[in-house]
Amino acid sequence: MKLFRDDPSSKSQAVERLRLILVHDRAKVSTGLLELLRNEIINAISKYVEIDEDQMEIELNSSEAKAELVANIPVLKVRRALDN
Amino acid sequence: MAARVIVVTSGKGGVGKTTTVANLGTGLALRQKKVVMIDTDIGLRNLDLLMGMENRICFDLINVAENECRSFRQALIKDKRVENLFLLPASQIKNKDALTAEQMVRIVDELKEEFDYILIDSPAGIESGFENAVAPATEAIVVTNPEVPAVRDADRIIGLLQAKKIYEPLLVLNRLRSDMVKKRDMLDVDDINDILAIKLLGVVPEDEQIIIATNKGEPVVFNQQSKAGEAFRNIVRRLEGEAVPFMSFNTEPGVFGRFWKMLHGR
Ligand SMILES: Nc1ncnc2c1ncn2[C@@H]1O[C@H](COP(=O)(O)OP(=O)(O)OP(=O)(O)O)[C@@H](O)[C@H]1O
Ligand SMILES: [Mg+2]
Repeated sequence: MKLFRDDPSSKSQAVERLRLILVHDRAKVSTGLLELLRNEIINAISKYVEIDEDQMEIELNSSEAKAELVANIPVLKVRRALDN
Repeated sequence: MAARVIVVTSGKGGVGKTTTVANLGTGLALRQKKVVMIDTDIGLRNLDLLMGMENRICFDLINVAENECRSFRQALIKDKRVENLFLLPASQIKNKDALTAEQMVRIVDELKEEFDYILIDSPAGIESGFENAVAPATEAIVVTNPEVPAVRDADRIIGLLQAKKIYEPLLVLNRLRSDMVKKRDMLDVDDINDILAIKLLGVVPEDEQIIIATNKGEPVVFNQQSKAGEAFRNIVRRLEGEAVPFMSFNTEPGVFGRFWKMLHGR
């Protein structure tokens, strides 16, 4: 990764910029992507913890260098681990 | 005979859609396929110029759509150099909304029975002109250039095509300059493959012969000396199912080469 960041060529700048642009373009275009993700995440973690769905937040943030999916999920209870 | 119906599109303007249609159409006809090219760029027709057919237009796509000629046959312009190559030109008048997707589907349905290939030249953009061009197609070629805006628009178009159930569009990367790739000042084939992740149909180099070809109204695919001509001939063979190796443009060192350079302080 370091190798890449140190590469000052205009081509590697183009690659980096395109990666970020397309993360946002694709997220924006596919209507309900975040809604879909939200539901899938709830499904996946509800097996282990009880969460406050109304307070849950999920968003796509980006800075100059990266895009990140940020989820804030308030936990109400942890389900009792099954024996073994 | 039921034709393959292929739309050539890009999102961004000026990347080489019309050039691609003219050369693939001609190249396929040179291989004895029966081909019709449809120019759907209403108001900005160009394909007739690239083919050198501009003085022979009597009827156009809109005339056919509105049943203003007896049949589509009256509007088709036959190429004088190659057997079995025809153009259905765009209309130069009226507004872009003169054509509907339903009309396009109907026209292509009629043409299908008589041709092996129907190549549809799409206008730039993602509006009604694009919709009309894509409506009758079952396959798509996305043309792009190794530049950030063109690649971004290609990605958008790929999404729109997939929404229209054309799940596997093929990519043509046009205007690649190996000198700039070598200096790491241009996106290379691997970068584009990585980013767009669709099947690569071909890479066409930047080539002044394309401009000369346009001056003459004679597609570059006829020119045995031209690199771009060779690239288009290869694309035609791949379309026909042949496994043709890609010309090598990738003159920069791969990952291994880069490590080697680092170790040796280049
Ligand atoms: N490989 C190439 N080398 C050099 N010039 C090229 C190449 N490909 C296309 N061109 C030039 O680029 C210009 C645009 O090409 P073309 O008209 O085919 O693009 P287009 O995508 O159909 O444009 P539009 O969106 O306006 O319909 C033309 O002047 C053409 O000669
Ligand atoms: Mg064009």
